[in-house]
Amino acid sequence: MDKKIRMKAKDVDFYYGPVQVLKRIDLDIFENNVTAIIGPSGCGKSTFIRLLNRMHELVSNARLEGSITLDGKDIMAPEVDPVEIRRKVGMVFQKPNPFPKSIYENIAYGLEVNGVRDRDFIEQKVVESLKKSALWEEVKTRLHESALRLSGGQQQRLCIARCLAIEPEVVLFDEPCASLDPISTHKVEALILELKKDYTIVIVTHNMQQAARVSDHTGFFYMGELVEFDKTEVIFTRPRDKRTEDYITGRFG
Amino acid sequence: MNRKNKEKLIEMFFLFNGILVILILVGIFLLLLKNALPAFKEVSLQHFLTKPIWNPDAYEQPTYGLLPMLVSSLMVTVGSLVVAVPLGIGTAAYLSDVASPRVREIAKPLVEILAGIPSVVVGFLGIVLLGPVISRLTGTYNGLNALNGSILLAVMALPTIISLSEDALGSVPRAYEEASLALGANKWETVIKVKVPAAASGILAACMLGMGRAIGETMTVLMATGNAAEFPRSFLGPVKTMTSTIAIELGEVAYYTTHFHMLFAVGLILFLITFVVNLCADIIFHKHTRVQA
Amino acid sequence: MRLKIKRIKEVMGFNTLRLCMLVVVMILAVIFYDIFSKGAGIISWEFLTKPPVDGMTKGGIFPAILGTFFVTAITAILAVPLGMGCAIYLNEYARDNGLTRFIRLSIRNLSGVPSIVYGLFGVTLFVDMCHFGTSILSAGATLGLMTLPLTITASEEALKTVPRSYREGALALGATKWQSIRTNVLPFAIPGILTGTILGLSRAAGETAPILFTGAAFFLPDIPNSIFSQFMALPYHLYIMSTQHHNISLVRPIAYGTALVLIALVFLMNLVAVIIRYRLRKRGMAHG
Repeated sequence: MDKKIRMKAKDVDFYYGPVQVLKRIDLDIFENNVTAIIGPSGCGKSTFIRLLNRMHELVSNARLEGSITLDGKDIMAPEVDPVEIRRKVGMVFQKPNPFPKSIYENIAYGLEVNGVRDRDFIEQKVVESLKKSALWEEVKTRLHESALRLSGGQQQRLCIARCLAIEPEVVLFDEPCASLDPISTHKVEALILELKKDYTIVIVTHNMQQAARVSDHTGFFYMGELVEFDKTEVIFTRPRDKRTEDYITGRFG
Repeated sequence: MNRKNKEKLIEMFFLFNGILVILILVGIFLLLLKNALPAFKEVSLQHFLTKPIWNPDAYEQPTYGLLPMLVSSLMVTVGSLVVAVPLGIGTAAYLSDVASPRVREIAKPLVEILAGIPSVVVGFLGIVLLGPVISRLTGTYNGLNALNGSILLAVMALPTIISLSEDALGSVPRAYEEASLALGANKWETVIKVKVPAAASGILAACMLGMGRAIGETMTVLMATGNAAEFPRSFLGPVKTMTSTIAIELGEVAYYTTHFHMLFAVGLILFLITFVVNLCADIIFHKHTRVQA
Repeated sequence: MRLKIKRIKEVMGFNTLRLCMLVVVMILAVIFYDIFSKGAGIISWEFLTKPPVDGMTKGGIFPAILGTFFVTAITAILAVPLGMGCAIYLNEYARDNGLTRFIRLSIRNLSGVPSIVYGLFGVTLFVDMCHFGTSILSAGATLGLMTLPLTITASEEALKTVPRSYREGALALGATKWQSIRTNVLPFAIPGILTGTILGLSRAAGETAPILFTGAAFFLPDIPNSIFSQFMALPYHLYIMSTQHHNISLVRPIAYGTALVLIALVFLMNLVAVIIRYRLRKRGMAHG
């Protein structure tokens, strides 16, 4: 392959209690690429993306086998602090989840919990991330209003800005447009294409057109297995597996 | 200190905070036991459990029989349940199935207010309000007797029974109700034949918790039941419950005497009774929620 | 004909239930009417601010009001942090295992322990073993332990209302678990915790049995000057005035006045709690 591999899942088996949710996942995530993960509901795609920044640990009976590496280092190793991983691997959630604080405070929050005390630096970062997430023009006059007054699409871009402010290297999107209208969806997609110049991006989506529009690589998950993983154009034009073909042609889903 | 250890330390702090609750419960039991056991150096357990007289001040031979006060406690508790259970369940059914949302909005806080009235105020009204009424109706001297105590305890137990029974009725799946109505039952038949039976274990648990509350209630019975140290004979006679015995005598007794330790033995029995009652309520209640799920 | 009987049964049944509710409301009405109508007459500025005089047959109840205030403060200092800490453990850290279930079982059982038993426990632990003597501290600590199950439950309910996404969002930004709780969970749970806690404290303020032997005094000429002093308390004063005083019928108005002040105090606390809850709900709507 042509690009550098940033993250790598190798032989990943994942269980909730006795139930195996992911089976033998092998997947590479390339630098400055958008990697899309598609599949029907309940196929394990959201579960998988939450492994990449160890958010799965919030569930008490989760168990993981195999390895996931970031730049060759195992992120699951016992001596690795999950907080460190989450700083490097940011996440945007399915439902926009701004905190009930002002727009400004929402972005400053991530910097503050990471120990930044310099007000000027925070201010500069807030502006910069709002610009990066293409929200600046819409909110520059009301930075100190509650973030909850923003529309759904604006809230999601604020969450993206919040994530970018702490300068992650990889950004995970867990169905970022699932609760947005088409216009907002278009804005977020355009943003993702813009962001991949600077970041490595993984996006989970149940919307195949979206995967086709924004991603360079696509993995198709089905019943906890990674059925097929390849360049996006290959997946959508010449899938090798019958199940992939059935899914992308809309025969089930 | 690195961040991971600091986080671990914070978690340990809260864990200890959680375990503290267990320590308090066990601590209550152990300290009661510690202060109760010395009593049985001088008085046998058999004496304590079988003698029908409690007379610690007797000059010749003090007796420490639990029975009179145990029977007194049970009498007022049963008496209170006779009043509070039907009234409580009826009110709960009204709130859950008859009342309009508006009435419910007003009535539910009223039940909470009733729960908030201090027991000493209820006891006071037992003396000044209920006592004279009972006295006039039954011709007894001042109306401070088991009947008075029972009625007051019913008032104290009502809020628990009402709100928990209402929760139980409210958690009956709507599908049961709809199925019954669809079969041609009217609303009343649905409430009585479908909802109440379906919520029975929750209601039972509510009544048991109300009972636990009644057995352990102190001030109301202390003030309103007359506190005669004789074996209780009727609801119109004065009684002295376990709680009032402790409340009256612990203030007067010298520390570390047999009498002092005996009062802790009574406390221990009281603790064990309420513990078992609450545990049963808990088990019944959890069976109930599991069936619901 | 059958339908008609069914209908009559239904009407009678519902009216029975209505009657039950009516009886409960009547009980409440009688309690309030009696206390207010007979207690209001004695309430005056002097009654609220002066100590009892002439063998407690005249004067006010100021020391009892003050004593109840002090004891409730100690109760709060003990029960609020411990209750919040335990709730934080249960809601944020605890896993679904045997220990957690045992902690929850203990809380439910503690809330069923009779108040007089807490009194016995307080006598043994605080008065005797800790050498606090019969004092504000002993009584407050005893009431604090008794209130603990209520504050734990209230705090946990409040923590549960904070959406999961606040925690996840903070963690995904590299906050540690404690950071996410401290900065992004607790601030939103505090009003709810406050509401429940004040309700719990209002119960404690009205309790008598636990303070009977741990510090409440029949009569004290001076107001307490330290937490190791004995104290007068409203509920205990009412008990004394209605059963232990040498001339009960003479001091009946004072007893009614004390009952009224006690009830007013308890409901003032409840009102504050309800107002906090109401404002919280309104704020929640503005956000939603």
